[in-house]
Amino acid sequence: MNDTLTVPLYRAAHARTGDKGNRSNISVIAWHPALWELLVAQVTEAAVARQFAHRRPSRVARHLLPKLHAMNFVLDEVLDGGVNDSLNLDSHGKALSFLLLDLPIVVPAELAGCLVGT
Amino acid sequence: MTPPLLRIGCAAGFSGDRTDAAAPVVEALVAAGGPAVLIFETLAERTLALAQLARRSDPDGGFEPLLDELLRPVLARCVQAGIRIVSNFGAANPVGAARRIQTIAHELGLVAPRIAVVEGDDVSGPAHRAALAQALGPAGDGLQVVSANAYLGAEAIADALVDGAQIVVCGRVADPSLTVGPALAHFGWARDDWDRLARATMAGHLLECGAQVSGGYYADPGIKDVPGLAALGYPIAEIDADGHCTITKPPGSGGRIDAHTVKEQLLYEVHDPAAYLTPDVVADIGDAEVAELGPDRVRLTGVRGHVRPAALKVNVCHETGWLAEGEISYAGPRAEARARLAAEVLRERLAGLGPLRVDLIGVTSVFGDDAGAWLAQQPAGDARDVRLRVALNHAERASAERLLREVTALYCCGPAGGGGVRTMLRPRLGTLSCLLPRAQVPARHRFVEPMEATP
Repeated sequence: MNDTLTVPLYRAAHARTGDKGNRSNISVIAWHPALWELLVAQVTEAAVARQFAHRRPSRVARHLLPKLHAMNFVLDEVLDGGVNDSLNLDSHGKALSFLLLDLPIVVPAELAGCLVGT
Repeated sequence: MTPPLLRIGCAAGFSGDRTDAAAPVVEALVAAGGPAVLIFETLAERTLALAQLARRSDPDGGFEPLLDELLRPVLARCVQAGIRIVSNFGAANPVGAARRIQTIAHELGLVAPRIAVVEGDDVSGPAHRAALAQALGPAGDGLQVVSANAYLGAEAIADALVDGAQIVVCGRVADPSLTVGPALAHFGWARDDWDRLARATMAGHLLECGAQVSGGYYADPGIKDVPGLAALGYPIAEIDADGHCTITKPPGSGGRIDAHTVKEQLLYEVHDPAAYLTPDVVADIGDAEVAELGPDRVRLTGVRGHVRPAALKVNVCHETGWLAEGEISYAGPRAEARARLAAEVLRERLAGLGPLRVDLIGVTSVFGDDAGAWLAQQPAGDARDVRLRVALNHAERASAERLLREVTALYCCGPAGGGGVRTMLRPRLGTLSCLLPRAQVPARHRFVEPMEATP
């Protein structure tokens, strides 16, 4: 039986990171409306907190925007103080959307046509 | 009678953006006809503090360093076509920027344009000291303040335009207010028409990062392809009398505008979508929708507004010490092992100086945390081209400089084959935010007379 496939999130959604102070926000936007429900079920606050565990977020909040088939994650205190204090080359955390986009997602085989890339 | 559409083009999304973006936007605005405004957003959170430092060494400076490059190619065309210009490129010295624009206009042989400056954002002076100390609380004690600026809203911009300004030069204003101001002036909305203000605010939000809505910061080959990244078209918002907008870009320009590029920018730097706070309104995009009307044309609807916040946000930038960074490269067999050994040497030599960040560029760098938990999780591998980077913060310059010397000394004392040392030391700025009541931060505009252009 091969009725599901496991793919990285970037095949089902795209994302962009923004920063303000020591807080990062990451949007997750479905490539296709048919993928929205499974993203809501799998890209949860807990899943995102696990993906960013080494950044020790003090809080992960998810906001749903069903009419855009999008969600917005707000991660508190993940930027080592933010652009002014962090020692990271990427003190804004701009690359972090691509850490989230590596999250494995399980997709029913009949929705494979809604995925992008290979 | 319904007023005609207002077109607002954005030709810069930050200080350091491409400076050749404006001409195609201006030509598209001219070709479209009708009322139009050109905006430049050039003032990120830290940019104003840097401008304040620049003004310390040059009292006539402190405004956008690339002002000439941004404006000179399009100033004559805008003045002649009646396209008004609104920007925060005044930074720490709006009057200085206005004078510079007068000089450029004179050099171009133009009749002196009417230039207004928006003032009131700078709260670093004695008049606000007590209020600021109270708002900051104990966190503000003993700060070496570089800049303190309130985020002003759209009203002073709108007033300046209604009074006939052809160019409005601001310091710190909320980025979307660069768009809301012209819309307020053009449509004559009530200043508590929260829904319309919120719609214009989100139009401004889509514009304020320049090409980030039109294909910039979006491409991912094979997944998200964008044509013509080297010649991106910067965005134009067509705003109607209800504040709804359609986002487009100059015909024939590079980039792309579709539902996906617009959604990414709509959520950029947003926290709670139901409460996007600006000085003008609390915008709610929880029920927002985007629709593709045609190639590179997307309409945004469904934005609602709520009463604006009672207080204004203030950013205080202060000196916090020094950032020291050093890098050295290793390549070929066992490169990663040699880079890791060099890191161990530096940790030992710099022990006691404070937390040292270590990155192995080519193995892992930006995903990691400063404390090194992520790096410790990565098993040692056999990467063959690795650049070691170390960094630390220190309050004292002399201590921070020790990192530079120790990285340089790896040339003779470190593992074999290290090359390409680069070191950098720079002052650090910290930012604190607080709120001040509106009544304590009155915004106003005034015209800079042509007389002032020739000091």
